[in-house]
Amino acid sequence: MKMDMDGTEIPESNGTMADDPSLTIRLEGFEGPLDLLLHLIKREELDIWNIPIAHITEQYLVYIQMMQELNINVAGDWLVMAATLIYIKSRMLLPPDPVPETAAEAEPGDPRSDLVYQLLEHQKFKNAAQMLYTREEVENAVWNSPAQDAVEDGKDVIAVTLFDLLKAFHEVVKRFESQTSMELDQEEITVEQKLTELRRLLMVHDALTFSSFFTRVSSKRHLIVTFLAMLELVRLKEIWLFQEAAFAEIKIARYTSAGESR
Amino acid sequence: MEIDELLPVLEAIIYAADDPVRPEQLKEIFPDESYDKIETALQRLTSEFNARPGGMWIREIAGGFRMTTRPEHHELVRAYLKTKPGAKLSLAALETLAVIAYKQPVTLAEILAIRGKKSTTALHTLLDRKLVVMTGRKAVVGRPILYGTSKDFLVHFGLKDLSELPTLEEFAQMAGEGS
Repeated sequence: MKMDMDGTEIPESNGTMADDPSLTIRLEGFEGPLDLLLHLIKREELDIWNIPIAHITEQYLVYIQMMQELNINVAGDWLVMAATLIYIKSRMLLPPDPVPETAAEAEPGDPRSDLVYQLLEHQKFKNAAQMLYTREEVENAVWNSPAQDAVEDGKDVIAVTLFDLLKAFHEVVKRFESQTSMELDQEEITVEQKLTELRRLLMVHDALTFSSFFTRVSSKRHLIVTFLAMLELVRLKEIWLFQEAAFAEIKIARYTSAGESR
Repeated sequence: MEIDELLPVLEAIIYAADDPVRPEQLKEIFPDESYDKIETALQRLTSEFNARPGGMWIREIAGGFRMTTRPEHHELVRAYLKTKPGAKLSLAALETLAVIAYKQPVTLAEILAIRGKKSTTALHTLLDRKLVVMTGRKAVVGRPILYGTSKDFLVHFGLKDLSELPTLEEFAQMAGEGS
């Protein structure tokens, strides 16, 4: 069984499938009721200025019915259009047909004119969307400054913002404060000493997590010194901080080994 | 600075910049040069650079100048980089974007009227990708949000400005032919 009304081949798509494997149905092209109407008009080679409304209403309803049989959720806008078509059809029946067959333009009193206007408007935007599609295709085939591409290829890595960094440091401080410990200020470690220590640590490890940097730190002063030393290394471009995904743990790596220098 | 000295510097800046380089940004770096001179230099650089049949060209995008590869080389560039084309916008998103681009500032209800169907999901996609931004609220009952296209929209579609888009009337002719 083919889900088409006049036997034309309709290609299979990612549309909803029913149980019958021989069933082919195309929905992807019909974004909405206006798309279906335009499709029907085009396929039947109808004059958009003189739509045989009874015929098109019938076809439209057949289509809606098929959608319902296939358990496709027929959204409100499809039914609104059905009602509109039936309304126009009934209005057309009242007076004798006011439109001559060769009418180049729907007359003002024509009950179809609103719909025609809407269809033409819709067609314009479909064409405009097509134009955007083509432009996007061209832009996808173009590369610009290498700085931007360096981030895009390879692993998905997010450079850490200052805000992320402060938040992470705040967590470390909070964790530190929750531990009960005695603070004895005998050892006075300087940023200088810490720098050497961190450099040595990074010689051994390719990448460290942010929190592991602070694990063996015994005082709040020490915490701050470590943090400052880390910032200093970032400034000197000896290390860089990154995340592998949004909200992931911040990691620290030597600048050259991390792929950032590419 | 002589204009001949200015040209290679501008070329270097345009190459290194992440975003299209705008004349007013250059004015900050060259406070002694007149805006007109910078503008002239940019135009001359662009035409001279593009006259060369090379793999790169300078284009005017989103009010600035940007150096990119020429699209005709895309297959081999992509083969070398081993990258796939980026995620494209869906048909629904493109249609919604077309309505916003031509009717901006526009409300969701107005988009619905033109497209004849709900466009909420498509609109959210466009907002997420920063192609569309909120531009204000309409002074009618309910004060609905107005949407318009962003600078990223111009960059994404390689447009100098909105006036570079074909007019809707050009699409009307196509529509009249029943295309």
